[in-house]
Amino acid sequence: MFVKRRIPVLAALAAVVPLALAACSGGSDTAAQPSGPVTLTWWHNGTTDPLKGIWEQVVADYHQAHPDVTIKAQPLQNEEFPTKIPLALQSNDPPDVYQAWGGGEMASQVTSGKVADISDATKPWISGAGKLAADWQADGKQYGVPFEQHIVGFWYRKDLFTQAGVTTPPSTMDELNTAVAKLKTAGLAPIAVGGKDRWPDAFYYNYFAVRECSSDVLKQSVKAVKLEDPCWTKAGQDLKSFLATQPFQTGFAGTAAQQGAGSSAGLVANGKAAMELQGDWEPGTMSSLTDDEQLDSKIGWFPFPAVPGGAGDPAAALAGGDGFSCTTRASKACADFLQYLGSEPVQTKIAAAGAGLPVNTAAAKSLKTDTLKTVFDYGQKAPYLQMYFDKAFPTAVGAALNDAVANLFAGQGTPEGIVTAVNQAAAGNK
Amino acid sequence: MTTVTSPVRAARGPRPSVPAVPARVRRSSLRKRLELTLLLGPALLLFAGFVLVPIGIAAFYSLFNWNGFGALDDFVGFDNYADAFTGSVFQGAIGHNLIIAGLSIVVQLPLSIGLALLLNRKLRGRAVLRALVFAPYVLSEAITAVIWLLMLQPGGFMDQLLKGVGLGGLIHQWVADPGLVLYTLFAVITWKYIGFGIILLLAGLQGVPAELREAAALDGASAWQTTRHVVLPLLGPTIRIWVFLSVIGSLQLFDLVWIMTLGGPANASTTMATYLIDHGFKRYEFGFGSAVAVILFVICFVFALLYQRFALRRDTEGALTRMVG
Repeated sequence: MFVKRRIPVLAALAAVVPLALAACSGGSDTAAQPSGPVTLTWWHNGTTDPLKGIWEQVVADYHQAHPDVTIKAQPLQNEEFPTKIPLALQSNDPPDVYQAWGGGEMASQVTSGKVADISDATKPWISGAGKLAADWQADGKQYGVPFEQHIVGFWYRKDLFTQAGVTTPPSTMDELNTAVAKLKTAGLAPIAVGGKDRWPDAFYYNYFAVRECSSDVLKQSVKAVKLEDPCWTKAGQDLKSFLATQPFQTGFAGTAAQQGAGSSAGLVANGKAAMELQGDWEPGTMSSLTDDEQLDSKIGWFPFPAVPGGAGDPAAALAGGDGFSCTTRASKACADFLQYLGSEPVQTKIAAAGAGLPVNTAAAKSLKTDTLKTVFDYGQKAPYLQMYFDKAFPTAVGAALNDAVANLFAGQGTPEGIVTAVNQAAAGNK
Repeated sequence: MTTVTSPVRAARGPRPSVPAVPARVRRSSLRKRLELTLLLGPALLLFAGFVLVPIGIAAFYSLFNWNGFGALDDFVGFDNYADAFTGSVFQGAIGHNLIIAGLSIVVQLPLSIGLALLLNRKLRGRAVLRALVFAPYVLSEAITAVIWLLMLQPGGFMDQLLKGVGLGGLIHQWVADPGLVLYTLFAVITWKYIGFGIILLLAGLQGVPAELREAAALDGASAWQTTRHVVLPLLGPTIRIWVFLSVIGSLQLFDLVWIMTLGGPANASTTMATYLIDHGFKRYEFGFGSAVAVILFVICFVFALLYQRFALRRDTEGALTRMVG
């Protein structure tokens, strides 16, 4: 009997599921923007200071300046975004403002139909968000705005360089190789890399590609999601020769990038390794992994060296950023809010707290250290900013690239294999 | 069988001539149905809603090429399954799960039995030893993974320990060497789960009547013979259950691997579950990820059914197989 009675329930559930699916997949029409008081839900990754405090302040300040707008902020762990955003964008109640990193991942999210095209609303002021804002476009439409930018380069310890007799930061690959050799002779681990996380490995391939390929090839390849120019293989070969010099710490394939004193950032912070290729967030990460109060004065920065014969501009930089996208319900209010995040008062807070590099040039003077100002200027002067490929490409392709590079780091695979892996992933092969 | 039917017969028995009996029976069966509905209903509803329906949905998604956004409009049939099975990384992942499962049975089982037999004897500090052996099992997998990751770092606790006792030559790149990492993980898994096996077997040992050992001893059996021919056969049900739990656990291995190695280096420690998260969520390939999830489910389910049918049947016979009638 109970079986009989339950069957309708099961049947009902079975009937509901397709309905729910249908409900989830439709509804891309832009609803009329709400008038009157509006509440924006805001998903960001500022779970820890300094960003946590800055965003709390922003919520309060914005409401004071715009009494009609209430921001309901919900901090989420960074790692939750890849799982929560797809689910939220399938639901009928996605957050109005959510953290997005642009590039191919954002382009995938746009296919949900829930991400708002804010081209018109942002047109008057988007130029103030810097060159990087172009990476928050898909099909020429603006789907988000960065609030901070990231530039990748070598962070190094001046004390260990002096100890090993390296007087000036290397500016060519030859000089870098010489520096690595000197550091080894001095008994130091030359470079730390967080091989376990894979994306730090990929920075090397990314930068070799930026040096080997012209900006036109880079742009065209990212757009087509296809690596055809021989420069991509050449970048892999450069990486292979560099790996052959064994510049990294022992057991780097198992080292995390940012967790604990044994991570690559921790090794540099505690003087166990001399340098690391990382983003501008590195000083912030390092300071939380060491007791050394004088760390900032011991740390220097130099750009990825020039590669002789490469078609890329030696001043081009590998970059990325953090930003926010809007969903359709209240996209107008959201875009206004994003404009506020790019304004000088907020940008100055971000710069002064060492949370990241501002996108607003007016805020750069508030950056905490001269080193960070150097990094910022390098990004400003760079003729071309290439977004890290794992973010620029669609996620599956980006992950395939990182995996292939990590394999090369682990002594498996070939330079050609990286190109093949990317093209295969782009063709939909798993 | 008799125990189930006798109450009914007893209820019917005493007053065979009273005409109201059929009504009573009807009322009692109605009451029984009501009880069943009330007691089982909510659980079944939850089970259907949170287990059966999601499995069905996953199976449905797995037939599409779907990035998790937008409509399910790219029907690819069983392509996702074919892609998974032909991919070297997933094949490797299945292999790694099987290696862990095999090693568990070959290494952990004898170790657990030996330690359980030891801890079953009367010895000084037995309670403390039992608690110590069981302690790692109480830790969460995440904490275990972080602790061991710290200890296994190059130049970390493990390396210092080996150097300190003069075994510096044994120092390896525990989690960075693709040829070694799976076995390192297995050692950590063993450290964590050995206590569970021991406690389970100790409980089983309490079920071995002392009289049987005494009788064997009186018949002149040596300690080994008693263990081999009296104790171990009586531990059979416990061992079979342990093997079942261990194999299922090995097939679903995730947390520890994800935290310690993320499946690396170069996929040397990828398991089916880490592959599933890596491809489903991290790459926004939800259709493909669903296919992998279904494969993982089917493997576990088929194993569970076969194991129940062929290995556990004699243990559960009577308890599960006959009640239904």
